[in-house]
Amino acid sequence: MENRPLEYDYTVAKLFMFMTIVLGVVGMLIGVILAFELAFPGLNTMLGSGVAEYTSFGRLRPLHTDSIIFGFVLSGIFTSWYYIGQRVLKVSMSESKFLMFIGKLHFGLYAVGVVAIVASLLLGYTTSKEYAEFEWPIDIVVVLIWVLFGISIFGLIGIRREKSLYISIWYFIANFLGVAMLYVFNNMEIPTYFASGGHGDILHSVSMYAGTNDAMVQWWYGHNAVAFVLTVPIIAIMYYFLPKESGQAIYSYKLSLLSFWGLMFVYLWAGGHHLIYSTVPDWVQSMGSVFSVVLILPSWGSAINMLLTMKGEWQQVAASPLIKFMILASTFYMFSTLEGPIQAIKSVNAIAHFTDWIVGHVHDGALGWVGFVVIAAIYHMAPRVFKREIYSKSLMSTQFWIQTLGIVLYFTSMWIAGITQGMMWRAHDEFGNLAYSFIDTVTVLHPYYAIRGVGGLLYLVGFLMFAYNIYKTMSARPVEEYELQNASPMGA
Amino acid sequence: MSIAELQAYGYVAAMVVLVFVTYGYAYHLYTKKKDANGKDYEDYSNMALRDDLTDTPVSARSEHKEK
Repeated sequence: MENRPLEYDYTVAKLFMFMTIVLGVVGMLIGVILAFELAFPGLNTMLGSGVAEYTSFGRLRPLHTDSIIFGFVLSGIFTSWYYIGQRVLKVSMSESKFLMFIGKLHFGLYAVGVVAIVASLLLGYTTSKEYAEFEWPIDIVVVLIWVLFGISIFGLIGIRREKSLYISIWYFIANFLGVAMLYVFNNMEIPTYFASGGHGDILHSVSMYAGTNDAMVQWWYGHNAVAFVLTVPIIAIMYYFLPKESGQAIYSYKLSLLSFWGLMFVYLWAGGHHLIYSTVPDWVQSMGSVFSVVLILPSWGSAINMLLTMKGEWQQVAASPLIKFMILASTFYMFSTLEGPIQAIKSVNAIAHFTDWIVGHVHDGALGWVGFVVIAAIYHMAPRVFKREIYSKSLMSTQFWIQTLGIVLYFTSMWIAGITQGMMWRAHDEFGNLAYSFIDTVTVLHPYYAIRGVGGLLYLVGFLMFAYNIYKTMSARPVEEYELQNASPMGA
Repeated sequence: MSIAELQAYGYVAAMVVLVFVTYGYAYHLYTKKKDANGKDYEDYSNMALRDDLTDTPVSARSEHKEK
């Protein structure tokens, strides 16, 4: 035992990797069901009207968004942290019994949280705040999970051998601090059972904020969930795995630092764009709009930096399906960080708000950027944590094209549907009477909803191929350690 | 002075300060390597590329801290 050389310990990373894949399948499957429920409303009662409560769109929707954001993506972030953190700080988790215990406890408590969230949402317990639906006991569990994540981050930093912190660590720290602040403030709530002296449901609570204030806090939180869960840690992951897989240093480390501070400062002020033409003060709306447009600069700073990292090495994009995932992800990052600011401009928002264009925008980012980065990260990590070659390169390549086609069908159908919807809602005759009723838009949009469902289904099929590929990788032939330096070894 | 005027002055002041801070930071990043004990920030990229436990750290923590 004493003679064994020190190695990185990926026990916790492996646990979270399984969780990422399981919750990815669950979240995406529910998403596909929801898409088809919108296209074919009869599906809301697919298991009979007796259990319609559990299969209806309204009940399943938060389960989809939360299992993707806080399940699939967050597990992918935790997986990457427990892999990247050790490596760039040059310290193994096996060197600290305490940190290993914290890591395992982090996973254990997270698993408890997942079960509690799935059960409570399915049973209809919700605070009705978007992306913050969890009732107060679960919020307490979430805070504990987050504290453990923080101890893990700062604990590992505390025992590091590398003095400087790699840019990915900066982003992980921002992810931790940002979410901690946002989650606590937006979920300030009063359990009504205790406040009323024992009346009503023990799980029920009301927000400490009311009306417009609640809306402002909610969208400060909601938009920054996009920032600090779906952007910041994903950049952390990309800044590690793209250089590792391609063998290229980051194009400009200085640009990565500048973009970091730009993103930190600007993102927090952009949430007001969710409330344009609502009851919040006009200056909040304008500020949200302006900061959203300014956000293009740091976002593109990061995205261009990622793309230029491949400078002189573009043949790798053709040769490696893993690089393909990462480069398309960077491209989708550029695309959605241009689309978002455009939608946040007041006059564009007048058409775009409440339409399917917003849904399309979210999925450009979620499927193209976040999903692809998490998939690529796991494809890079799997050979190294299991010491096996990736089972099938051709399956990986097929998955890439199927999922890319899925994304294209998704966002193009939602563009058309959204703009059609926006224009039809506004259309009026010469006397100012609305030209269409709501059902007219529903009829027109039906084909696009069906196309969106097919797009989502393709993405899910690709994800199942990914799950199968990783499962087979775990049982493939072992490879020597030296083969695992940069680009992942892949089977035929 | 009304609150709106105060906000406007505050806004302008904040913009000026932030522009200086941002450009100052960029200037610092680019000139640091020219100093005598300067550091080329691009070297930090190697923290990802050379990240085996046996690799030499790009900038190791001091001996007494390393135990």
